[in-house]
Amino acid sequence: MTERQVMALESDAALWNSLRRHTQARIGLGRAGSALPTRHRLELQAAHAAARDAVHSPFDPDVVASALAGAATIRVRSAAPDRLTYLQRPDLGRRLHDVDRAHLPRDGWDVVFVVADGLSSRAVHEHAAAVVRATTQRLPSDWRVAPVVLAEQARVALGDDIAHALGAKMAVVLIGERPGMSAADSLGAYLTYDPRPGRTTDADRNCLSNIRPPLGLSHTAAATKLATLMRRARDLGRTGISLKDESTSALPQP
Amino acid sequence: MTTYSATLGGRTYSFAGLAGLLAAASPERSGDRLAGLAADSAQARVAARWALAEVPLARFLAEPVIPYETDDVTRLIVDSHDAAAFAPVSGLTVGELREWLLSDAADAPALAALAPGLTPEMAAAVSKLMGNADLVAVARKVQVVTAFRSTIGLPGRLATRLQPNHPTDDPAGVAAALLDGLLLGSGDAVIGINPATDSPKAVRDLLDLLDGVIDRYSIPTQSCVLCHVTTSIDLMERGAPVDLVFQSIAGTQAANASFGVTLGLLDEAYEAARSLARGTVGSNALYFETGQGSALSADAHHGVDQQTVEARAYAVARRYDPLLVNTVVGFIGPEYLYDGRQILRAALEDHFCGKLLGLPMGLDICYTNHADADDDDIATMLTMLGVAGASFVICTPGGDDIMLNYQSASYHDALYLREVLGLRPAPEFEAWLGRIGLLDDGGGIRDVAGTGHPLTAIGRGLAA
Repeated sequence: MTERQVMALESDAALWNSLRRHTQARIGLGRAGSALPTRHRLELQAAHAAARDAVHSPFDPDVVASALAGAATIRVRSAAPDRLTYLQRPDLGRRLHDVDRAHLPRDGWDVVFVVADGLSSRAVHEHAAAVVRATTQRLPSDWRVAPVVLAEQARVALGDDIAHALGAKMAVVLIGERPGMSAADSLGAYLTYDPRPGRTTDADRNCLSNIRPPLGLSHTAAATKLATLMRRARDLGRTGISLKDESTSALPQP
Repeated sequence: MTTYSATLGGRTYSFAGLAGLLAAASPERSGDRLAGLAADSAQARVAARWALAEVPLARFLAEPVIPYETDDVTRLIVDSHDAAAFAPVSGLTVGELREWLLSDAADAPALAALAPGLTPEMAAAVSKLMGNADLVAVARKVQVVTAFRSTIGLPGRLATRLQPNHPTDDPAGVAAALLDGLLLGSGDAVIGINPATDSPKAVRDLLDLLDGVIDRYSIPTQSCVLCHVTTSIDLMERGAPVDLVFQSIAGTQAANASFGVTLGLLDEAYEAARSLARGTVGSNALYFETGQGSALSADAHHGVDQQTVEARAYAVARRYDPLLVNTVVGFIGPEYLYDGRQILRAALEDHFCGKLLGLPMGLDICYTNHADADDDDIATMLTMLGVAGASFVICTPGGDDIMLNYQSASYHDALYLREVLGLRPAPEFEAWLGRIGLLDDGGGIRDVAGTGHPLTAIGRGLAA
């Protein structure tokens, strides 16, 4: 190899390393014939496997309940009986199981936190309890906070049904987000004021996503943002696009 | 409403209207079950196919699946139907059309002449009687050629969309993925970015970036930033370098409304894009994406099965002589297409129907992490669609799109497909690859890693 060839080789390697500072895209992977080198093929499979396991690992409400350290909890199921049905029938994941609806004590709650498995039980196990605790600490002491509802096979809109059954003014749904190849443990938070089952739409909600320390939003940062949004929602009597617009400067994207 | 029926195994099955019949005849998929439209049993599904096979094609002109009065896509389909082109098959049933399409009489010129005579519902209907191999065999015979700065759809060619997405539209990040794709011979269909935001400023910056690279290296391809059509119209008025105008479209007026578009708006975009005349070898200036399930997702399917509604989107597309159309087939999730098998079937149907209706059909062969699919499904789909003669496929670095969070084909996958099937890039792009030393003696893409190839200057400026 000539000196010039060695320089080109080193220079290309340095270039890709430098470019990787600007993107997580899988660039400069090299080739095995036309295909990916073995190492990169296995790295892709490892990322996909983590995502698949996050989607299919069962939700364990005990993990969240014990991390909530004695706070009252209620366990509910959606109308989707299993994971296979859940993935194919979003309508069932938005509806409370008829038997479990009766377990929800109707009262004048200001807010209910719903911890929902969504598409990553891992995200919920790792982050949900900490966000509930930190957010609750940041709320005015006179707010009536309902027992934390731990919901299985749940979509975001199940929170509407739960809040409606409890008579809660506001629902905060903490839910496992759809795993990507770089993150399988990302938690989302959806805030809805005056939720009405079947009538509330996504435009009526405010969302924080990518709660996933240390790379994403931290538990305390998420809690601060959520508590700010919740106070504002109560003052304005609404959530959704209008609330988001007014608070853009106070709420940098994660 | 007309009732259609068939007797199978001593039992008579009835289906309400053409829409009900088409839905029941559809191969199984989760989206039709979610909509409550799927056949009740496997036998009912086959009975529906028996009944559908007997339906005269002319019946589809008399019984629109969505009323003419309430839906402008139906009006477009009915008003633009070419009776003269339809004449050769006007006396056939759906079952007979399948046999004619598979016969030697249906060669490339005959199929091209027939396209304006077929409605989307006829194409969808016959696809439901066809196996996966039928869908490949017929689509392969159809030739649809379009051009802008490169020519798409010539026999023996496969083009690629280079998709250098970045979650925050970071120019260096985009350029890095762009460089990676070019060095792997990708980008002859389009260099197309899904922007993180629809803000005109952000879109303009990306357009300028892509235009600069295409101009600097004289690359015979076109760029596209896949923003909303109104943003493109606005940017064209301000003199931005817009090559292709993009829009997501669907098969009903209400579903298009959920995307914020009307036929009138698309007419306006079409005129604006063509008046810029930025193409060198052709003037096809629109780019559409579609996908089964989008109408149901918008609650705008009118009781029509998701594959038939998808085919209706192609009636919208063909009005505008697009350069490129692709179905984003596995993106929507398992509630519409549950697993690799359903995604493959949908990919073959969409490609077949698009081609039969005269579109330059490509695919985003892809899946999300909550669907039951993996990279082996990508390889299977890619191979079948390559054999079927897909105009182009979408490629991302390593098959992992870090902005849209799904897996698509990789640049490497396109190399594989070209190699095993002997497919070549678009001719203008192929000549350019030769000029810059990226073609090997066999017509494949040379591995230039570690050679300091001149294109790496794209990255060196930004990496600093």
